[in-house]
Formats: sequence, C-alpha cells, structure tokens
Amino acid sequence: MSPSTQTNETTPLWGLAAQFSSTAAIYKAAAKTREAGYRWFDCHVPFPVHGLDKAMGVQFTILPILVFFAGMTGLCVAIFLQVFTNSLELNLWAIVPVVGYQFEVSGKPLVSAPAFVPVAFELTVLFSALATVSLMLVLNKLPCLYHPVLKSPKMKRITDDRFVLVIEACDPKFARSTAQAFLESLDPERIVELEA
Amino acid sequence: MTTLPIDNPIDELSDDPRQRAPLVLNHHEFGTVTAEILRANEAKKPPMAWYIAFVISFSLMSSLGLLVGYLVVTGVGVWGNNNPVMWGFPIVNFVFWVGIGHAGTLISAILFLFRQKWRTSINRFAEAMTIFAVICAGLFPGIHIGRVWLAYWLFPIPNQMDLWPQFRSPLLWDVFAVGTYFTVSLLFWYVGMIPDLATLRDRATNQVKAIAYGFFALGWRGSMRHWHRYERAYLLLAALATPLVLSVHSVVSFDFAVSQLPGWHTTIFPPYFVAGAIFSGFAMVLSLAIPARELWGLKNFITMRHIENMCKVVLLTGSMVGYAYGMEFFMAWYSGEVYESFAFINRAFGQYAWAYWIMVSCNVICPQLFWFKAVRRNVWVIFIITLFVNLGMWFERFVITVTSLANDFLPSSWGWFQPTWVDVMTFVGSFGLFMTLFLLFIRFLPVLAIAEIKGVMPEADPHAHHGHDGEADA
Repeated sequence: MSPSTQTNETTPLWGLAAQFSSTAAIYKAAAKTREAGYRWFDCHVPFPVHGLDKAMGVQFTILPILVFFAGMTGLCVAIFLQVFTNSLELNLWAIVPVVGYQFEVSGKPLVSAPAFVPVAFELTVLFSALATVSLMLVLNKLPCLYHPVLKSPKMKRITDDRFVLVIEACDPKFARSTAQAFLESLDPERIVELEA
Repeated sequence: MTTLPIDNPIDELSDDPRQRAPLVLNHHEFGTVTAEILRANEAKKPPMAWYIAFVISFSLMSSLGLLVGYLVVTGVGVWGNNNPVMWGFPIVNFVFWVGIGHAGTLISAILFLFRQKWRTSINRFAEAMTIFAVICAGLFPGIHIGRVWLAYWLFPIPNQMDLWPQFRSPLLWDVFAVGTYFTVSLLFWYVGMIPDLATLRDRATNQVKAIAYGFFALGWRGSMRHWHRYERAYLLLAALATPLVLSVHSVVSFDFAVSQLPGWHTTIFPPYFVAGAIFSGFAMVLSLAIPARELWGLKNFITMRHIENMCKVVLLTGSMVGYAYGMEFFMAWYSGEVYESFAFINRAFGQYAWAYWIMVSCNVICPQLFWFKAVRRNVWVIFIITLFVNLGMWFERFVITVTSLANDFLPSSWGWFQPTWVDVMTFVGSFGLFMTLFLLFIRFLPVLAIAEIKGVMPEADPHAHHGHDGEADA
C-alpha cells in the first residue's frame, strides 16, 4: 500500500501522472479513473475543458453562496456608513474613536434614502467582487508556493497544450503497480512519476 | 456538429449565415497558439516601433508629471478655470477618460454573459486599456480639488476634526463609483490573467522571468478542480461588473444632472452618457487593436471579423449618441423652458458653436460610414474614423461642461473659458501616461487571453470527434 515499498526509490512517490494530447482523451480518462474508484486524482489542463469537472465528479462550489453573504455585508456596511456619518449624532468612542454627525444640507432629510442608493450599490458590488476573488483563491488553496506537479520539469506543458491526469499516492486505492497498469490502459502519451 | 470547410484561410467573412467565421485562423493545435501569441513577449527585443512609441509616450508622461508638480506648487491659477467656468479641462478630461474606460469591462462582462465568444481575442487588452484609462481619469479630479494634499477628505476616513464627507452629493458617489469600478476591473483583469501568467512562467527562459511571472501566477497549475471554482468566480465577476459598468457613467452623469444648470439638469443624461462611453471605448479599442495586431502579429486571433464586429458596435452606439443629441434639442424645445431652450441654441450657434459642430461631425456623421461593408473592412479608414470619434467624444464633454457653465441664467454672470498651455499639455500628457502603461503591458504581459482563446477553438470540445456523451454536455 505505502508508496515507499518501491525498492529503487530514494524520494517518496507523490503520485503518478498520465499525459494526453487531446481534450477527448483526458475527458475519457477522467471518467474511467472515477469509475475505477480513485478519489484523490486531478486533471491539469491549459484551459477549462467543458464538462470535465462533471466527469471527474467535482462537487459544485460553495463560492456563490459565500459571495451572496459578502454582498449583503457590503450593503449593510454602506447603509450604516452613510447613516452614521450623515444622519446620527452617535458616539462610538467606546468601540472606535469616531463620532457620527447630523449633516444638514439645504433642508434635505437626514436619512435620505434615494441619495444613499448609489453608494450602497457600489459597496455591495465591491464587497462581492473582493470576496469572489479572495474566496476563489482560498478555496483553491492559492497562492501555492510549492507543489509536486509544478516541481517536475516534465509537467511544464500543462499550461500550454498537454492534458495531464494525476493520481495521488495518498488515495486509499492507490498501489504503485495497479495504478501504473491502470494509467497505461488509458493509452497516454507517457507516464511520469511525481516526487513529493 | 459539423464544421464547414473554410475556403479562404486568410479570413472568412462569408455572407452565408450557416457558415460561421472561425474565431482563430490557421491554427489547429494549442501549442502553436501559445507560441504565436507569446512570440512578441518572448522575443529578445520588441520591434523598433515599440521603442519609438515608448520614448514619445514616456516623454509625454514625464511632462504630465512636471506639470502636475507645477500645479501643486503654484495653484489652480495655472489653468484656464475661472468663475463661472469652475470645471474646465480637468473635469472634461476626467469624463473623457472614464468613458474610454468603459469598453473593457463591457467586452469582458456583458459580452461574456451574452456568450459572445468573439470577445476572447480582444478582452484582455480592452481590460488593460480600461484600467489605464481609469488611472488617467482618477488623476484629474484628484488634482482639480486644488489642495492635493487634502485629497483624502474625499474618503470617509476618521480625522481629528470629526469631519465626514457629504453622502448626498453626487461628487461623493463618484468617488465610490470610480473607486469600485477601478478595483473590480483590476480584479477581473488579473483573475483572467492568472492562467496565462502561469503559461509565461512555465515557458520562461531565465530565472528572473520565471520568478517574476511565477510570483503573480500564484502557483497556478491548471487543476480542473481549481478551474471549476475559477470559472464560477469569473462568471460571478462578470455578473457583478455588468450592472457596475452601466452604473459608473450614470453616476458620472449625475455630477451634471443633479445640478440645476440649464443643459445639465436633464433625465436623459445617464443612458446618453453610458452609450457615449461605450462608443468612445470601442473606438479606442479599435485605435489600439489595429496597430497592435499589425505589430504583434496577431492577425490570426484578431481577425477582420472581430474588427467588423467592433465597427458595428461603434455604429450602433454612435447612432444612439446621435439620437440623444437630437432628443436633447427636442426636450429643450418641448419643455418650453426659456433657459433650457437657450442653453441648446447657444451650444449650436453661440460662442462655442465650433466645438459643437466638431462634436456632431465626429460623433454623428463619421461613424455612419460603418454602414458600408467596404469601410468596415478597410483598417486604415477604420483607424482614422476611430480617431475622429475619440476627438468628437472629447469635444462632447467639452461642450457639455463649458457651454452650460459659461452661459447660465444671468447674462451678467456669463464668462468665457480659454485653456492655458498647462491645460493642453496636461491633457496631452495624460495620453503619455496611458500609452506608456499600455506599451509596458503589451511588452511584458499576455496581450490576449491565451487560455480562453484555446477554449473557443473547435479542437477544445471533448466531444467533437466521437459524438455527444449526453449528460456531460449540460
């Protein structure tokens, strides 16, 4: 079971990579890998291949739901900010050293809802967009300073024109010989061993 | 789905609607696409034209820096701004540049939501153009406030005076609208670029490049599990940026429309400004794309089809702008309001009539030439027309800003605006800033969205060769 059973290996095996040259090949390979019962596998592709995430069995991301709450936070912040700074004589010194101010301008109402709409909209969008990008990166565990896939010089073309399927050694079903045989049955261009 | 053979490999613009023009010409492999797009980036030296353009742009940018320094040291008296024309060139330039900055996000967001795949070849540099234009735009209100060192008063930052900005003012909405627009455009541009930066990292020939690109690529490794969230994030950004792009120029128009001044106080302003912004933005995209595709050898990606599509957008938005000009006159007359009527007659026949007619000829008459297919296919003519459109759109903002301020209600308070050399050179210098940033961008960053372009090639479809698998194609 353990990848260190290999006698001639000095560095531990992190995973096995099979390289393909077309989207159709990686699509089929991913579906077969999933059918074979592997779970700790991934496809590295230069552009999102349509439907590949479904073939791999990737769960739909929670990102949009989180972004919704971020947007609502932005809306609340905007409303509070405007009401606090322009309409309330509220002293927040106990928490932060600021005081609200009743800003009377040409007899306009203190809480002037229509005038507060543009900033409320903008901050909703701003918070949502910042959350979208930062949460996308966090969920993807990026920035990533080191990864076995990036370490291998043989994997340089995953951002160019090659499609690579990687089965990680930590997969409970992973055994060196069977995984290698399985990948060979997918008819790849080549198989690369990835060091941790 | 079968693809019909393309007889003319240079460019296919068949009138047969069943035959779709390919988005990428002469390429059937992903590797050659990467190589061709990055050829100019990876070349040891850029073409001579790049150096010449850079020297000119950099000199203009330096003059901008000197003039801003001169302004800060001396005061706003170095400009032609006076009483009553308090908003001179700085605000004209601000609206002009913000307008230019609208095409990028329109292409990236709205065309993305409409599944217009032709956007993939032009979105990257249109987005870059947006960001640089908004930087130029942001400069002008910043230096227009007079005491530049107090610019932070624009933001709700706690200070020792317990003083807050006034949120009922459109000028403050502007701060939030333009700030948000810049941030979201920058995020959109950067997120779109991460996979391409990883490509540059993996193809880097030396350590410096590998580290520099690698730093910004954030360790992207093309994992499909990452792509899944990435695509969702990109869609969300598009959905967020779509109302945003429409809101920004609306808010800019509120700076005028919320005031009481004849010629400004009209409800047509928000849609009219948005149409004008898209019009000028697309014109600027064309003015940049035509030389860029020539110099950078991108004709296989920015095809005549792309150019023609953009010409059609310019024609449409140009006609909308022309309609708005006519409708303004109609409303001024129909309102029966003497000041409003005067404001418009004064625009067309008053002391600034020359500016008005430059605006009309450049914005209304010029783009109508795009009705002709021969014009839409001649890059030289397109290039010249788009330059005229940009000129006309600058004059539109000049006409709106200056004529209404110079001649308002009371003839005794009328005035005349004359720009000084500092005004003119600051504006010209802002082009230097814009072009310097743009030239650095096309030299060092992926000028086209490589990953997206590969995704719209017929070879990218995993089901192209063996029919549909059914469930996976949802």
